[in-house]
Amino acid sequence: MTTITDPAPAPARDRAADDTSLAEEVRTAGMVWKRELIRFARTRIRILTGLTQPLLFLFVLGYGMASLVGTTAGFDFKKFVFPGVVAMSVVSTAIFSAMSIVWDREFGFLREMLVAPVSRTALVLGKTAGGATVATAQGTIMLVLAPLIGVHLTGLLVLEVVGAELLMAIALTAFGVFIASRIARMESFQVVMQLVLLPMLMLSGAMFPLSGLPHWLAAITRINPLTYAVDPLRQAVFAAQQMPLAARERFPVGVELFGHTLPVGLELGIVAAFAVVFLTIAVRAFGKPE
Amino acid sequence: MQLDSDGRTPSGASAPGAAGGTEAAVEARELTKRYGELEAVSHVSFSVRTGEVFGFLGPNGAGKTTTIKMLCTLARPTSGEATVAGLDVASRPKAVRRRIGLVFQEQTLDQQLTAEENLRFHAVLYRVPREQVASRIRRALDLVDLAERGRDLVSTFSGGMARRLEIARALLHTPEVLFLDEATLGLDPQTRALVWKDVLRLRDEEGVTVFLTTHYMDEAEYADRIAIIDHGRIVALDTSDNLKAAVGADTVALGTADDEVALAALQAAGFAAKPTAEGMIVLVEDGESAVASLIAAATVPVRHVRVHRPTLDDVFLHFTGREIRDEPGEARSGMQLAWTARRR
Repeated sequence: MTTITDPAPAPARDRAADDTSLAEEVRTAGMVWKRELIRFARTRIRILTGLTQPLLFLFVLGYGMASLVGTTAGFDFKKFVFPGVVAMSVVSTAIFSAMSIVWDREFGFLREMLVAPVSRTALVLGKTAGGATVATAQGTIMLVLAPLIGVHLTGLLVLEVVGAELLMAIALTAFGVFIASRIARMESFQVVMQLVLLPMLMLSGAMFPLSGLPHWLAAITRINPLTYAVDPLRQAVFAAQQMPLAARERFPVGVELFGHTLPVGLELGIVAAFAVVFLTIAVRAFGKPE
Repeated sequence: MQLDSDGRTPSGASAPGAAGGTEAAVEARELTKRYGELEAVSHVSFSVRTGEVFGFLGPNGAGKTTTIKMLCTLARPTSGEATVAGLDVASRPKAVRRRIGLVFQEQTLDQQLTAEENLRFHAVLYRVPREQVASRIRRALDLVDLAERGRDLVSTFSGGMARRLEIARALLHTPEVLFLDEATLGLDPQTRALVWKDVLRLRDEEGVTVFLTTHYMDEAEYADRIAIIDHGRIVALDTSDNLKAAVGADTVALGTADDEVALAALQAAGFAAKPTAEGMIVLVEDGESAVASLIAAATVPVRHVRVHRPTLDDVFLHFTGREIRDEPGEARSGMQLAWTARRR
């Protein structure tokens, strides 16, 4: 629009200019994404604190349980829990990134975004992409620990892990954005997240195998979207390891639903479906006008 | 085209930088906003010329912010209509937003980004063409004398610097109208003066129309025209000079070599003169132009002369029957809290 000095009345103005082009939307989302990355890179302390919890689970829980579970054909609990800990790292970083919306609201920056002549979809997609990128990066950093616990890495495995992480991160960031859009205060967000995040992680199969659970517990794990994200990650890691049959039986993978073991593709499809649903409700919840 | 609150002919206020003024930059007709039972803004009509600095003056809760929100498409009018930059606020919100700059009471910067990064973010969201982003950021920082601080984190900025950065940001996409909603609230007087120097310079150099709300009397003086708003209604709208003139006469205080003689001489010459402890006061239409004839009519040597014109405080009192003085408003204490919180 360069017709700013044109004193023509409203109807004469170019109405088509009201709608932003796809390129503009992408540019906006890209900027929001970039902001997330800048903020992440600037808060190194956050990267470190993001590592502590998964490290605790991997080494403390890993070694603690290893003595109980024992080693089967050279395969121990640490190797089993490793993909779960990677998932955990992705999930908590994703949620933490989404939580920054509550900060943005508190410090006013959310308003700067909401009054801009851009679509809420672009803002939510940018925010989600940013959070998901950061979460994937955080999860991938965990891979450097793999050799320490004897998990063998291949190029293909790293690619598979990054892919699964990204999908999981998108779904969880979108979920977090939805929650954060509905919540005005930091305290409330933390409460909600304690009530949601920890149970979600505990019931996802990240910490223990999902087979042989009591029915009620099994049912809960099956409605947890995270379950379908953790399993493909673990399957990918296990596929790259030399695992004797005994170890495979001791540390089973796969999610059974209605008596069928779900193929990995379907699991990933379920996660993707959750991502779409969460994104949709996040866009709707984000910044309702007065 | 000029509409006035109560049908009065608007004054011929000079609006420097007004480009002909064929099109009103902002126009409101019977604008009304109701929140349940409460009528926050009631049938407000006014017109702001292009290039004008237009002020909304009123106490907290008078409806200033609600009016701005409607003009900025952040709140839908219950009834009535408004156009900004010739565009209807209700039917074309996005187009309106692209043509306005906003500075709120609350700070809306990202403290963890640098000044430049904040500006770049804004430039992209407001569709500044890629190739112009860098040059506009430089110019915006220059305009508010923050060129040296472009690469510093906003968290290291003082309140006044942050506010000036926000004003620079609001102008980055070359808006036609700049809305300042109590933009200097919580700043110390020197910083406020600095902010105003920036705003007026921007008006002169960029020709942007400025719509501001304030409850500081001295700030309203910067405006070409002022609307006094109280309980959601415009109770007066004119230049500050005309508003003051409407309130009443100027007073000239005189001290002479012989006050008794001077008083008698002035009264004989037809002036409304009254004795005071330090001499006398004379009520006149225009104090400054009356001084010469007063000195001549006094017949004795005049020792001191002081002209008092009614202030906007007097004006506000006159039109609303109340003083505007800082009522303990939530906005202010909230702001202070926000500042403290931000300092961490």
